[in-house]
Amino acid sequence: MKNVWVFISTSFAVCLTCGFFVACGGGSSHSASNTITSSGNNVAAISVNGGPLGNYADAAFVSVAVCVPGTSNCQTIDDVLVDTGSFGLRILSSALTLSLPQQKAADGNPVAECLTFLASYTWGPVQTADVQIAGEKASSVPIQVLSDTDFKAPSQCTSSGFQSADTLDNLGANGILGVGLAAQDCGNACVNSTGPGLYFKCPSSGCVPTVEALAQQVVNPVVLFATDKNGVIVELPAVPSAGEASVSGSLVFGIGTQSNNGLGGAKVYTAPSGSLTTSYNGQSYPGSFLDSGSNGYFFLDSSLTGLANCPNNSVAPGFYCPANSQNFMATNQGSNGTSGTVSFSIASAVTLFANQGDNAFSNLGAPSSNSAPFFFDFGLPFFFGRNVFVAIEGANTSGGTGPYWAY
Amino acid sequence: MSQLRECPIKSALVAPGVLVLLFVLATGLPAWASLGGDAASIQADQVHLQGTRTTKPAESYTVHEIQSATGTVVREYVSPEGRVFAIAWHGPWLPDLRQLLGVYFEQYRTAVQSRSATRMVRKPIMIDQPGLVVQIGGHMRAFAGRAYVPEMLPTGVRAEDIE
Repeated sequence: MKNVWVFISTSFAVCLTCGFFVACGGGSSHSASNTITSSGNNVAAISVNGGPLGNYADAAFVSVAVCVPGTSNCQTIDDVLVDTGSFGLRILSSALTLSLPQQKAADGNPVAECLTFLASYTWGPVQTADVQIAGEKASSVPIQVLSDTDFKAPSQCTSSGFQSADTLDNLGANGILGVGLAAQDCGNACVNSTGPGLYFKCPSSGCVPTVEALAQQVVNPVVLFATDKNGVIVELPAVPSAGEASVSGSLVFGIGTQSNNGLGGAKVYTAPSGSLTTSYNGQSYPGSFLDSGSNGYFFLDSSLTGLANCPNNSVAPGFYCPANSQNFMATNQGSNGTSGTVSFSIASAVTLFANQGDNAFSNLGAPSSNSAPFFFDFGLPFFFGRNVFVAIEGANTSGGTGPYWAY
Repeated sequence: MSQLRECPIKSALVAPGVLVLLFVLATGLPAWASLGGDAASIQADQVHLQGTRTTKPAESYTVHEIQSATGTVVREYVSPEGRVFAIAWHGPWLPDLRQLLGVYFEQYRTAVQSRSATRMVRKPIMIDQPGLVVQIGGHMRAFAGRAYVPEMLPTGVRAEDIE
């Protein structure tokens, strides 16, 4: 196995500097044209359009209806971020007009949650809703309502130093629909231990850590659908290198459960640990992942990519700003040994952002780090021109048991 | 490459550890800062993380590794002078950065929360300031990061060594 891997790495090394050779092709070899499913009770429309504030680059949005459980008292929440990097539905309290039942701990105290994302955290009560997306319904789904004011965030929640994402200004969306590889947002780790620091119960004296049974945890609503519950497909069209104001695609539920959600020619990359291994320039990065909630290709740093960073006082601090667009090629490998190359380009984020009406960019990138155990984060630009399948842990699908990605 | 071995003071740590824990509970504040602090601060971190610790001597520094009960691993890098000059971590849950960054936490938090971009973004943290470098990335159930004080790196230690 290792020898094979070395061979792959070595043979690939020939193409390492392909940014400088036409022979290695452009950055969009995959974009021949993916077919986007538009009809079916399992198909929800998604758009990459800047979101409710009109300033969110490379973010996909969907509409989600939430209802008071067992009633037809429902509200449709627009502009919910489609996030294959998290698990569970989270809605801004400020976007919610419904009054949903509060989840209570065994001792009767209300339950709240703190979830850490990258550079931000969500905090607020766990409540219960019936959830409807397209024609799919899930009953009595624990969701997180994002609010800094219902309960005061305890110090354990703010010890990340991150910013609260509980306001529209900070989230840039009305909520997050986490449809990644897992079912619950914590899983077994929170059932017997408060160590992960996700769940709290909140007597009037303040919120304190608590354990949380699996069935009570905030959950990827897809697993509670009656059918089409083994995963999702994110389908988005290719985006030209100059960027576009908006693009439309589909969030399709189920893998191989209907005539419109088969794997077709997609290759399955199993990810038992939630990651795949990306190799680039002779190094392997085993913590890599596909994340529609990341709004760029996030990888390595200037010293390893040769890409200049955007100036701190520019419109795109923290992103890559090469003088000319550069092409990259990397190899992804799943735990099952499936591997394939990924070609992409990175352009100057300052140039891309200069077109203020544009919100979809196929070539937006930023540095992450230059040291192990770091990773390639294939964000939303990776999804353009591809149908990306996300199979949930333990779920049976036509391509085997999740968790896996396929594309 | 020397192997990880049991920290020789681990067994002697239990009683002081309890005292440290009591102190933390009593004051609600970390007993010592970690990054930039002395080696004693690692004991506070170990207690805070409810972890077990091993040490690994390198050429010009010592690595103290704390394996927390939740599976997150924290490594603290101590200079020959006994100062924690760098911290790295990886695992399913973010460690308590207020505890680990100690006196550098406010500088870090201010940098993380300053938003100068005109566009909404969700991306890894890369802070590169005079006196403090912090990088945090990963995804749900798999976070990784490191923090160091460039001026405190012992001679010959490269940033890439901190992982």
